[in-house]
Amino acid sequence: MNDREAPGNDHGSEVQLKQLYQEVILDHYRKPRNKGVIEASTHQLTLNNPLCGDIVELQLVVNNGRIVDAAFEGSGCSISQASASMMTERLKGRPVDSALALDQTFTRMLHGDEAAAADEDLGDLRALAGVSRFPVRIKCALLAWNCLEELVGPGS
Amino acid sequence: MIRKALDVERIRNDFPILNREIHGQPLVYLDNAASSQKPAAVVAAVSGYFLNSHANVHRGAHHLSVEATDAYESARAVVADFIGGRTKELIFTRGTTESINLVANSWGGANLEAGDEILLTLMEHHSNLVPWQLVAARTGAKLRFAGLTPDGRLDLEDLAARIGPRTRLVALTHVSNTLGVVNPVAEVAGLAHAGGALCLVDGAQAAPHLDVDVVEIGCDFYAFSGHKMCGPTGIGALWARKELLEEMPPWQGGGEMISEVHLEHSTWAAVPHKFEAGTPSVGDAVGLGAAVRYLSKVGLEAIHAHELNLTEYALERLTELDGFELFGPREGRVGVISFRFGDIHAHDLATILDARGIAIRAGHHCNQPLMRHLGVDATARASLYLYNTRAEIDALVEGLHAARTLFGGFA
Repeated sequence: MNDREAPGNDHGSEVQLKQLYQEVILDHYRKPRNKGVIEASTHQLTLNNPLCGDIVELQLVVNNGRIVDAAFEGSGCSISQASASMMTERLKGRPVDSALALDQTFTRMLHGDEAAAADEDLGDLRALAGVSRFPVRIKCALLAWNCLEELVGPGS
Repeated sequence: MIRKALDVERIRNDFPILNREIHGQPLVYLDNAASSQKPAAVVAAVSGYFLNSHANVHRGAHHLSVEATDAYESARAVVADFIGGRTKELIFTRGTTESINLVANSWGGANLEAGDEILLTLMEHHSNLVPWQLVAARTGAKLRFAGLTPDGRLDLEDLAARIGPRTRLVALTHVSNTLGVVNPVAEVAGLAHAGGALCLVDGAQAAPHLDVDVVEIGCDFYAFSGHKMCGPTGIGALWARKELLEEMPPWQGGGEMISEVHLEHSTWAAVPHKFEAGTPSVGDAVGLGAAVRYLSKVGLEAIHAHELNLTEYALERLTELDGFELFGPREGRVGVISFRFGDIHAHDLATILDARGIAIRAGHHCNQPLMRHLGVDATARASLYLYNTRAEIDALVEGLHAARTLFGGFA
């Protein structure tokens, strides 16, 4: 047990902040991957968080049950934009079923599930595990994933 | 005349919440434009009312009902007096939003015809925009918008030029909740009247901070909220000229607002009760009365002077920071400070500052059209009130330094 990270402890908040704003997240925020427009996308959807103004437009090319290409457009906080950038990297070439399974793992990680956070299938996305300590920011991290669910999830 | 400076330390003792720690740090509350904190006197007035004097108002012949009615109506008198209005011209509502909806539905519904125009400005809060969109859709009236100057003030010439023969109402905010500018509402009211229109002023960001006098302004409607001026949530007021209120139809029906009720028709109570259907929020009205007494005792002039002084200090310190960009003019403004800081998004700034106990607002501030006009999706906003100190501004500046460090500088 690490008493320096006791809840409400000043030092604990700083540690949590450093976990939230890891270099890899800031890198995706400042140099987003797969940002742009896919002319021949088969699926696209824009969602926003009306309270904070984050916007993500997800575009997919889905062929025979496989996501062959993924890109996004958008603006907003580092968490929403980094999550979208990292997500598109992990989606390319992935069967839709597997993408939705990844969505489940990612969502569980954001709600503090440590087993989910250890899943290597998440790649860079594991850097977003720190969001679980900031409940108001979970919706930022999930914005791009909500697009994915609406585009190819059950009931889409 | 000797102007007494605010004894801020003493004032802070009146607000128990200011002793709280957030994430192990003393609370630095800089989100006053969203809602202010409450002095113990206001909470005591509300609780004292419910513990000792509560019954329904304007109904019973019994003693407690008389006491409750007295408490409610004396709150009306003190709140009306606070903004320079007469008691019978003050309607209690849930807040600014409901006050403006009342005018839009009652006055707008009865007076607007297809082709009539309502003139707003580009800096209106959604609460002084959406109600007009709704009534325009119903009546065929059109919305017009006065623009802003490049430094973020109301463009008065543009506003004057947009008042035409079909303009029925000019509705604008007294103080911008994003740009921090104080609009020349008396001049606008004069322009509106000269053009044969009425003038509504949204006072949500002004009544808590300025010595408002509706007669001096010369407007026809003035709307404000209790919770931004040390009062409870869920209570606010609409002041309007008595002649207008007498002509306007009720907008909600029920008990309290009637004189005689028959099966097929009814007659209305006299103003202001014609506009207060149902049992009112008596405890909250009593709380607003106590808030107004508190603010008056401290003195609006002293509060305003303190805030101007603190705003000047804040802007001096903040504009020294590399990457700090202020929205709205540098001079002639009040303590609503909207800004951008390098490439750190407002939402990230709010999280980082919160970890240090500092509460600011991040987002569009219910000002989406203005955000579009400014070309941003969100701003960070620090807003000041009577209990804020220079030390808290210093904490904000340190917090911004820490944010920049955490982000490894700016891209």
